Amino acid sequence: MPNVTPGSVAAFADAVTSHPRPPGEPPPAPGVLARVRAILRRDPAGLAAASFLALLVLAALLAPWITPYDPNQQFDLLAQRRQPPSGQHWFGTDSFARDVLSRVLFGARVSLGISFVAVLLASLLGTAWGAAAGWAGGILDAVMMRVVDALLAIPRILLLLGVVALWGTLSVPALVLLLGLTGWFGVSRLVRAEVLAARQRDFVTAAHSLGAAPVRVLVRHVVPQAAAPLLVAAALGVGHVIVVEAGLAFLGFGVPAPQASWGNLIRDGFDAFTGAWWLTVVPGVALASTVLALNVLVDRLRLALNPRQLHGP
Amino acid sequence: MTAFLLRRLGQGLVVVFGVVTFTFVLIHAAPGEPFADVLEDARLSPDALAALRARYGLDQPLPTQYGRFLWGVARGDLGLSLSQQRPVAAVLADALPNTLLLMSVALVLGFAGGIALGAAQGARPGSRFDRLTGSLGLAVAALPEFWLALMAMLLLAGTWRLLPVSGMIDPVLHPYLSPAGRVLDVARHLVLPAGTLALIIGAAVSRYQRAALLEVLPDPFVRTARAKGAPRRAVIFRHALRNALLPIITLGGLAVPALLGGAVFVEGIFAWPGMGRLVVEAVETRDYPVVLASVMLGSVLVVLGGLIADLLYAAADPRLRRA
Repeated sequence: MPNVTPGSVAAFADAVTSHPRPPGEPPPAPGVLARVRAILRRDPAGLAAASFLALLVLAALLAPWITPYDPNQQFDLLAQRRQPPSGQHWFGTDSFARDVLSRVLFGARVSLGISFVAVLLASLLGTAWGAAAGWAGGILDAVMMRVVDALLAIPRILLLLGVVALWGTLSVPALVLLLGLTGWFGVSRLVRAEVLAARQRDFVTAAHSLGAAPVRVLVRHVVPQAAAPLLVAAALGVGHVIVVEAGLAFLGFGVPAPQASWGNLIRDGFDAFTGAWWLTVVPGVALASTVLALNVLVDRLRLALNPRQLHGP
Repeated sequence: MTAFLLRRLGQGLVVVFGVVTFTFVLIHAAPGEPFADVLEDARLSPDALAALRARYGLDQPLPTQYGRFLWGVARGDLGLSLSQQRPVAAVLADALPNTLLLMSVALVLGFAGGIALGAAQGARPGSRFDRLTGSLGLAVAALPEFWLALMAMLLLAGTWRLLPVSGMIDPVLHPYLSPAGRVLDVARHLVLPAGTLALIIGAAVSRYQRAALLEVLPDPFVRTARAKGAPRRAVIFRHALRNALLPIITLGGLAVPALLGGAVFVEGIFAWPGMGRLVVEAVETRDYPVVLASVMLGSVLVVLGGLIADLLYAAADPRLRRA
């Protein structure tokens, strides 16, 4: 314990009172972005994951301008079929003598785009359903949640597989719609739990007693409480949908044929498995690194959104 | 306890009923119909086709078909398979034990490995072992199961020829093997599919186990055990780990649907004759009774998995027994 002199106490008191903030206001909490930045600075793995994803999204967006070749262009089928990686074709060529690097980058557009839109749709649906159930309560809540239980009891991939196999090949918008429609069950549970917890809180009672309409209280005050877990679930969901889409494509029910998606590429490569490993490994590694980077980032996001865990063991 | 059990069973029944109804609507709303392979045959007269449909009750209006199906289920009759010309119960009886074998081996291996790994990581958080296995686990969790299965098949069965590529038994030698040899034969075929599933489960379990252990370590009872002078190893493995096992039990119930989904790929890739392959084939041939029955069975497994997890949870946590 250092010496406490009257002077140091005075200096301390001075420092406290001369603070520019008006009295009674808590110090400003650092924003989520600032916390993410602070966490990334101390964390090379998180930084690597974030940079990888940023580069990938950029590459996917710019694919038409940065790919060396057209993804569907066929080179000389006799001379350039299933060429191993070389200076000319960094990731080799496939069974139809197409450039694998170009196809992987264009595949990223499809795989990432589909997942992103599907998760957006699923988050909206799940939020609406879960918020409605949690807000309504009683019988309606019980019925709505039993419906979710029933839907969750079917493995998602089986549900998708059933629908896709029954209806045959789907166009990209139909696939996105389907992935979105089958992705909201878990989200609705999560939002309902947050809504149930928030209903009891003082600020909700306050909003009610100030005369706000119930719907306004729900949308403006209660649902935003679910934002943090929703964001985490959505980030996980994107990775999950990438894998699911690839799985469907692998079973032959993905994006229609000439178009490249990572799943299609892995499936195409599977036929030439033993002779041309790069056809399966390159898109597989692209897919796995993306999902891995997303998962790593989700871990950091959890920390940033829930600062209580920051100083945990 | 009995009331809780009855209520959960009732809820489970409602869920299964909902899933089956949903599936019924779905498969009949989709284009295509059974017997597609014979429908294109020009020699099939309209009368014969009508007779075929009538024989399986497909000429009836949908509500009637649905009522008949439910009535059959209530009496324990699952109907006839449209593509295999034998009772659905017999078709399921062939496939279900294979899937259960695959799933239970994967579950046991995955949970045993995952719990051990997670406990070892949680005992020394931040150590080199923790960071290395943690990143590996994260990487495995990011891999699609079919890709993992493909790579395992390529390396272990293809390049190094250590294990059989696919199937459940050796197609040539199996009938000539001794009983012990047959068990060994199945076990050898089981390694790749069960190992793939176990690896995926284990990666998830270890992460939860590590987090659960870290969560209880600051608790007062752990400090008490330490203060009493119990050795570090005993504190972690006897006191902390036992309490940290609770969340893992819930995970066990959740693993069933994940396993069923994974089984579709793994069974397909390794040609394991189980429910996953059966469902895919039945959907493709529009074998309505088989699709309905296997979906029903799958949802029963899921509901039972959740129920058993809840019961185990209550057994492990005395605080819940009174509720």
